[in-house]
Amino acid sequence: MTEETYAIAVTVNGVVYHRSVPGRRLLSDFLRHDLELTGTHVGCEHGVCGACTVLVDGEPMRSCLMFAVSAPGHEITTVEGLGNTPEAMNPVQQAFIECHGLQCGFCTPGFLTTITAYLRDHPDPTSAEAREAISGNLCRCTGYQNIVKAVLRAAEIAREAPAAASTSGGASA
Amino acid sequence: MSTRQFGAPVQRREDPRLVTGNGRYLDDLGHTAYECAFLRSPHAHARIVDIDIADAFEVDGVVAIYLHEDLPGAVGEPLPLLIPHPALIAPRTGYCLAKDEVNHVGEAVVMVVARDRYVAEDAVARIQVEWSPLPAVVGLERAREAAHLVHEEAAGNISAHLLQSVGDVDAALASAPHRLTLDLSIERSACMPMEGKGVYARWDAQDEKLRIYSSTQTSTGVRAAVAAKLGLPLAKVECIAPDIGGGFGAKIMHPWPEEVLIPWAARLLGHDVKWTEDRREHFISSSHERGQLQQVEVGFDDEGRILALDVKFWHDNGSYTPYGIIVPIITSTQLLGPYKPRSYRVEFWSMYTNTVLVTPYRGAGRPQGCFAMERTMDAIAAQLGIDRAEVRSRNFILPQEMPYDHGLMFQDGRPLKYDSGDFPASLAKLKALVGWDDFAAYREQAAAEGRRVGLGIGCYVEGTGVGPYEGGHIQVETNGRVNVATGLTTQGQGHQTILAQIVADELGVPLDDVHVTTGDTRRMAYAVGTFASRGAVMSGNAVALAARVVRAKALRIAAEALEVSADDLDIADGIISVKGAPDTRIALSTVAVLSNPLRYAFDESAKAATQFAGTFDPDKPPIADDEEPGLEGQDFYSPTQATFANGMHAAIVETDPVTAEITILRYCVIHDCGMMVNPMIVEGQVHGGVAQGVGGALYERMFYDESGQLMNASFMDFLIPYASEVPHVETDHLETPSPLNPLGIKGAGEAGTIPVTAVIASAIEDAEGFPIRSMPINPSELWALRREHSQASATKESAP
Ligand code: FES
Ligand code: FES
Repeated sequence: MTEETYAIAVTVNGVVYHRSVPGRRLLSDFLRHDLELTGTHVGCEHGVCGACTVLVDGEPMRSCLMFAVSAPGHEITTVEGLGNTPEAMNPVQQAFIECHGLQCGFCTPGFLTTITAYLRDHPDPTSAEAREAISGNLCRCTGYQNIVKAVLRAAEIAREAPAAASTSGGASA
Repeated sequence: MSTRQFGAPVQRREDPRLVTGNGRYLDDLGHTAYECAFLRSPHAHARIVDIDIADAFEVDGVVAIYLHEDLPGAVGEPLPLLIPHPALIAPRTGYCLAKDEVNHVGEAVVMVVARDRYVAEDAVARIQVEWSPLPAVVGLERAREAAHLVHEEAAGNISAHLLQSVGDVDAALASAPHRLTLDLSIERSACMPMEGKGVYARWDAQDEKLRIYSSTQTSTGVRAAVAAKLGLPLAKVECIAPDIGGGFGAKIMHPWPEEVLIPWAARLLGHDVKWTEDRREHFISSSHERGQLQQVEVGFDDEGRILALDVKFWHDNGSYTPYGIIVPIITSTQLLGPYKPRSYRVEFWSMYTNTVLVTPYRGAGRPQGCFAMERTMDAIAAQLGIDRAEVRSRNFILPQEMPYDHGLMFQDGRPLKYDSGDFPASLAKLKALVGWDDFAAYREQAAAEGRRVGLGIGCYVEGTGVGPYEGGHIQVETNGRVNVATGLTTQGQGHQTILAQIVADELGVPLDDVHVTTGDTRRMAYAVGTFASRGAVMSGNAVALAARVVRAKALRIAAEALEVSADDLDIADGIISVKGAPDTRIALSTVAVLSNPLRYAFDESAKAATQFAGTFDPDKPPIADDEEPGLEGQDFYSPTQATFANGMHAAIVETDPVTAEITILRYCVIHDCGMMVNPMIVEGQVHGGVAQGVGGALYERMFYDESGQLMNASFMDFLIPYASEVPHVETDHLETPSPLNPLGIKGAGEAGTIPVTAVIASAIEDAEGFPIRSMPINPSELWALRREHSQASATKESAP
C-alpha cells in the first residue's frame, strides 16, 4: 500500500517551496526534513513545550500541531527568517546573546519566534509581563530568568533602532 | 598583557550560531537516512511468548525488522555493567532488544527500519506480540516486601547493600542527651532534556569505517562500547557529539540499546540509519532518578551538636543496574554536607522494581542526601528551640579544619576529603541576603494580613570534578588560529567559551583566535565525559596545562629566532616580544611556521618567516630528538581526588490558608565554586539548577500505577515548571579557590539543584508548623496534611 501525497506550495521566510507530501506530514517535519530548515526544533510533538513555534501570518503557532497541507495560503516564518546569519540578527536574537538567554539552545528558536511576535504587539513590557509572555514555552536549562531579561533587553534594542526592529520581525501583517 | 579573560562575563561564542537556527542537533543531521521506530513493552513484567512480524513487513517503505534472535554475537549479549562495585551483589543489565522477558514498560523489543519514521511507526503498530504477564513490582514498599521478584537471581529484590561507618554510633546514640528519628521519602523525577536521545550512524563501506553521531554526554564511551559490540577496530569507529539539547545525566549512561543497534543496522544495511527519541520514549525508556525511602536516627547534645547520625535508606534502581550504584553511594556520602557529626553510620539497599532504570540526574543522589540531613537539622532545632541557622553553624566543619577527611569512601573510590570551603562565611552571606534576622517581623506582618509565610534553609557540599582525567590538545595554525580540542562533551554549559577564555589567557592570544572542539573522538580520543560537574574543572585545567606546553614551545622557538633567552620573552595578543624591548618581536603565527621545517610558502606567515630562517647546523637533524614538528601540544589533567564546592540556599514561601497553594516569594543562593571562569555562565547554571530543583520539589513526579504503567508520560501530565512557576533567583558568590588544581576552580553544573527540595520542605514546614517528611509536595497533599494535623491536635486536646 502506497501513501497518497498532495502537491503543495508553501511560503516560508518569503520563499515559495513546491513539494509533495502525505496528508499526515506535520508542518514541523516538513520544515525540518523536507525543507531542511532545522532551526525549528521538536521537544514533545504534542503541543506543550513550544520548541517548534513558528509564526503563521505573524502569529506564534506550534508547528507540531499543524499539518504541512494546511500551510499553503499562509506566510510561515521560522527562526531562520528572523535572521539567519550573525550579521543579520533581530533584536531578540541579539538580546538572547547579551543576556545569556540560552544554554543548550534547543528551546531557543521557539522562544525567539514567540517573543518576536509578542514585542511587535507589546513593545514596552514590564518584567512581570515579559515573564507571562514566555510562560507557554518550556526551557529545561536556563530557569527563564535570563530569558525574561532578554525580552526586556530586546524591547530596548528595538526602541534604540526602530528601523532594524520593524524589518526583523519577519512576518508582514 | 591583554585583558584577562578568566573571570570575565564574556558573551558565549556558541550563541550566534544557535540563535540563528544554525545549530546542528542530532535530528538535524542525516536527512536521507533510514529511520527507526521500536516496539516497546506495554507490560512492566512479562514473558514474550511469540512475536509475529509478517503483517508489519507488508507496509510499503519498511526496510528491515529485527528481534533479539537476529542480533549476532556481542550485539545480542547483555549490555555492559559500566561501574561494578563489590557491594553490587546482584547486577543485572538488559539487552539491546528484549530476550524472552521484559522488565519495564518501554523496554525495546522489536526494531523497525524504514524509509521514514511515519512508516516505521505504521509497521510497529502491525506487530503482534503474545505476552505472558508476570506480577509487577512497583514502588519501594512492594520491592521490600519481595512478595514477587523482578529478577529471580536478586533475592529480596536487592541489587546492592552497602554499609559505611565512622566512630561508635551505637554507643554515641545510647549516651546522647537527645534523640530523634525521622522517616522520609522522596519521589522520582527525571532529567527531561528538551532534546531526547538520538543516534545517527554512517557506514563507509569503502573505508570500512563507522561514524556515529549520538546525543551523548560521552562520545569516547559510546565509541569504545560500539567498537566492542560490533567487533570493529577502535581505529575504524569515530563518535561525535553534535550540539546537544541538554543532558542532565540521562545521556552519560551508555551505551543505550539504540547506540548499539543503529550503528549495527547501518553497517548491515550499508545505508545511513537514524533514530530520534520521541518524548514518550524518553519517559519510558531513558532513565529516572531520586526515588528513596530514608530512616534517620540522630543523637545530639543540648547545643544541637550531632553526636551520632544513623541513616538507613532504600534506593529504587529500577529494572537494571548498568550504571552501578553511583547514585546511592553519593547519597550516603554527600548526605553529610558541611557538617561533622561525631559518629556516622549509613546503610543502604538498592532495590529492583519493574520500572525505568535509574541513573544519575543532575545532583545524582545529593538532593536526597541533602534532604535527609537538612530535615534532621530542622528537627533538632525544633526539638531544642534553637534557631535553625544556629544549629547548622554549630555543626559546621570550620575553615581551619580543612582539608577535612570524613573517613568514608567517596563515589570515585577515594577518600571523602573536603579540600576547602568557608561555611560560616557562606551562612553569614546567606542570612544577610535573605534577611534571616528580620523574618520574624515579616511573618508577623504577613499574619496580620491573613497570610501564611515560611522561611526555609538548606546547605550542601558537592564533590565535583571527579577523575580519572581529561585531556587538552592545542594546535596553533600558521595563520594564528588556535585550535583547542578536549574530549568531553557539551550540553549547553558554554565550554566553547570558557575553555577559550582559559586558553586565551594561558597562551596570550586574542579570544577570537581560539576555537574549541568538544566531544569529537577524531580530535581527542581520550576522554571520560561530562557529568559530576567536572567540565570546567577537568577540561579547564587540561587545556590550561596544554596551553602551557604550547607556550613553552613557542617561547623556545622564538628565543632561538630572536637570539634571546626564553625567560626574557612574553606573549600577548598573539605576539611574542622581549620584555622591556617590545620592538624585538615575532608573531605566534610566524613561530608556528618556524616550528615546522617543511616550510612551503603557502601563506603570508610562511613568507614572513623567511627572515628568521637563520643558519643551521648540518650535523643536526632538522627536528631535534626531543621535538616534534608543529606548534602544538597536549596534556592531561588527572587529580588525586574530587574538589568540593558548596552552597547554601534560603527561600520564603507563602501557603494559601484555604487552598494550600504554595508560592515561592523569594529564592536566595550563596554559591562557592572556587574561582569562576565566567560568572555569567555560572549564574546561568545556578538559575537552571534551581528551576529543576523547584520542579522536583513542587511539581514533578513519575506517577506509576500498581501494574507499572507510567501514567503521566507526556509534558501534558508531567509538570515541568514554566516561567510562571520558577522564582526569580537572587545570588551571591564566595570564591574559595580549590588548592587541588592549577586554576583553583570547582564544578558548578549541578549545584543549583541539590538543596532545593530540602529548602522548600523547610520553608513549608516553617509556614505550617508541622513536619514535612515527604517530597515533592503539591497543594492537595499539603491540604491533606493540614487536616491530619488539625485532627491529631483536636484529638490530643479532647484527650484527658
Ligand atoms: S514540539 Fe511542538 S510544542 Fe513541543
Ligand atoms: S536552553 Fe536548553 S532547553 Fe532552553
